[in-house]
Amino acid sequence: MEYVIQAQNKFSLGLKELWSYRELFYFFTWRDVKVKYKQAALGIMWAILQPLVMMGMFTVIFSKALNVSSDGIPYPVFALSGLIIWNIFSNGLLNSANSMVANANIIKKIYFPRLIIPMSAVLTALVDFFFALIIYTIVLIYYRQEINIIKLCLYLPLSILITIVTTFGLGTFLAALNVKYRDFQYMLPFMIQFLLFANPVLYSTKSFSNPWINAIMRANPIASAIQLCRSVFTGQVVDWSAVGTGSAVAVLLLLIGVYTFRKTESYFADLV
Amino acid sequence: MKPILEVQHITKQFKIGAKQEGYLSLRDALSNPFRKKPETENTFLALDNVSFNVYPGESIGIIGRNGAGKSTLLKILSKITPPTSGKIISRGRVASLLEVGTGFHPELSGRENIYMNGSILGMKKHEINKHFDEIVDFSGVEKFLDTPLKRYSSGMQLRLAFAVAAYLEPEILIIDEVLAVGDAEFQKKCLGKMDEVSKSGRTVLFVSHNLGAVQQLCSNAILLNKGSLIAANKTPLIIEEYLNVSQKENGDFYSYGSKKVEIINFELLNHLKKISHDLFLGYPCSIFLKIKFRSNVSGLEIGVNIKDIYGDLLSHITSIDQNVVINGENGDEAEVEIKLNSVNFTPGAYKIDLFLLKNEMFHANLECLNFTVLDSDKTRRPSGFPTHVKFFTDCNWEIKNLVT
Repeated sequence: MEYVIQAQNKFSLGLKELWSYRELFYFFTWRDVKVKYKQAALGIMWAILQPLVMMGMFTVIFSKALNVSSDGIPYPVFALSGLIIWNIFSNGLLNSANSMVANANIIKKIYFPRLIIPMSAVLTALVDFFFALIIYTIVLIYYRQEINIIKLCLYLPLSILITIVTTFGLGTFLAALNVKYRDFQYMLPFMIQFLLFANPVLYSTKSFSNPWINAIMRANPIASAIQLCRSVFTGQVVDWSAVGTGSAVAVLLLLIGVYTFRKTESYFADLV
Repeated sequence: MKPILEVQHITKQFKIGAKQEGYLSLRDALSNPFRKKPETENTFLALDNVSFNVYPGESIGIIGRNGAGKSTLLKILSKITPPTSGKIISRGRVASLLEVGTGFHPELSGRENIYMNGSILGMKKHEINKHFDEIVDFSGVEKFLDTPLKRYSSGMQLRLAFAVAAYLEPEILIIDEVLAVGDAEFQKKCLGKMDEVSKSGRTVLFVSHNLGAVQQLCSNAILLNKGSLIAANKTPLIIEEYLNVSQKENGDFYSYGSKKVEIINFELLNHLKKISHDLFLGYPCSIFLKIKFRSNVSGLEIGVNIKDIYGDLLSHITSIDQNVVINGENGDEAEVEIKLNSVNFTPGAYKIDLFLLKNEMFHANLECLNFTVLDSDKTRRPSGFPTHVKFFTDCNWEIKNLVT
């Protein structure tokens, strides 16, 4: 095993190295999940309670008070199917954007492929998602939703994949920028709040007639992911051209994010 | 045989000055993107064209004063930060203990931290499983394995951390200052373990202020000073060189205080009253000071600290203890000679701090004098006075032969 240490001159994704350190993904994710709920009396129950409380709150506001259309399915189911996907994105993005700074002490002392840190931070959010799936299943049964098993097995994983790729992309991008400019740390929470309402989490994509807004929605990978997740039981036909554009945007975001990260990575230890 | 590490012309440059303080803000970057870079950028060379080779199985000690570039060199070797120029060819897995316990999390239990820390250090899960019992055994914390780390004493945390690191199996192990903490018994255990590692044919790079440990563990050493490689040679020769470098650098020390009374000159005189940095064991010496009053002070206190090269305080001398009263008016100058009846420190290198104070610090010169104690005719051992003993006690013996 021979390698050379020198100032970085050519760009590489470093996938081979990332693979050889694959166990670290597991350990970082495991640590973050453990630590997150360690001193909470309800522990991992919070991963279930949070989306449930949000669902209840939004049902009261949007369905009862504002009478928002929900594509013909009970509003709680509608909201929850959007929220579980949204939570992967919002929690994953917050976690990963702050991850490099939060792990500064490790970065300054030990070498390993840095991409593992923001990526594991996204995976931590995914763990919460699997717990939220439990409550989701219960809600689906309670409202007697008919589920198409084939669609469930195809659409749900695809929906998660698009969400993860998007979150990886934006997350690594923001993580890299946050090392140099802490401004993102302050900007992100309210950016996420804004994005919640910019995405069709709580309302249907069909609510808009403006062609510009519809075009943006089609390019929005999170909107595609939510649409896929919902079509499992609404029986709506999936707009595959929207999913295609959304996926392409997700991959593009991933490339930009990883590229930016890799470009600036070697100096993190000096800056963080 | 090919070297396992080839360090070739490594240079690391840091930018210093206002820009480096704190972190950058986006506003700074956006507000004036076309701003010209300052003409002369304030830069600092942490390492300046350092080259050396390490062969498999060698243990190399890296010594140098604070700021010599030791830590930067290790950071580059362990890929934490890239060099500005130059390159290193490495032919083995490197693991570093830049600071033990990296990645420890206070909320996780001892058991969980062993896995977390081990994997960050580059161990595979099955390797950790294989050594788990030995790690626990070495650390001696088996009773607290399932207790969160935050309930551990700092000594226990350190023991656990070192235990994990000791079972890493890299070809090249980088160790930095791990012996700075921990009780004496544990330190001995660590030294033993490191000795075992280097004897097992692995390559060890060891950075420490503990010259004794370096001498014990490393056959060869390199000496860094202000970013440059001064010498690479057998350890005893390098240690000698290091002591020389420390001595030559009189005049480069840290000083602070209100300067209401100021030290304007200081010297160390040997038993012949000559200015010298070499003192003889058991012989008298004196510290000479010239001070200037810049305001009226009565009851000035003069203090002297004598420290070993690791910075441990060995002795403290003050005018108060001896009931010496020093008064002065603005503009006065005074010469002070502190006569030490005999030098009782064992052969080796020492440093002196000087203080002038009265309720506030007037003037402090930290580590402003270096001296070396040499063997003398006060001890008649052919091998010289043992260096691991700290003090020599001058005494008179009386023996009566009892005739029976």
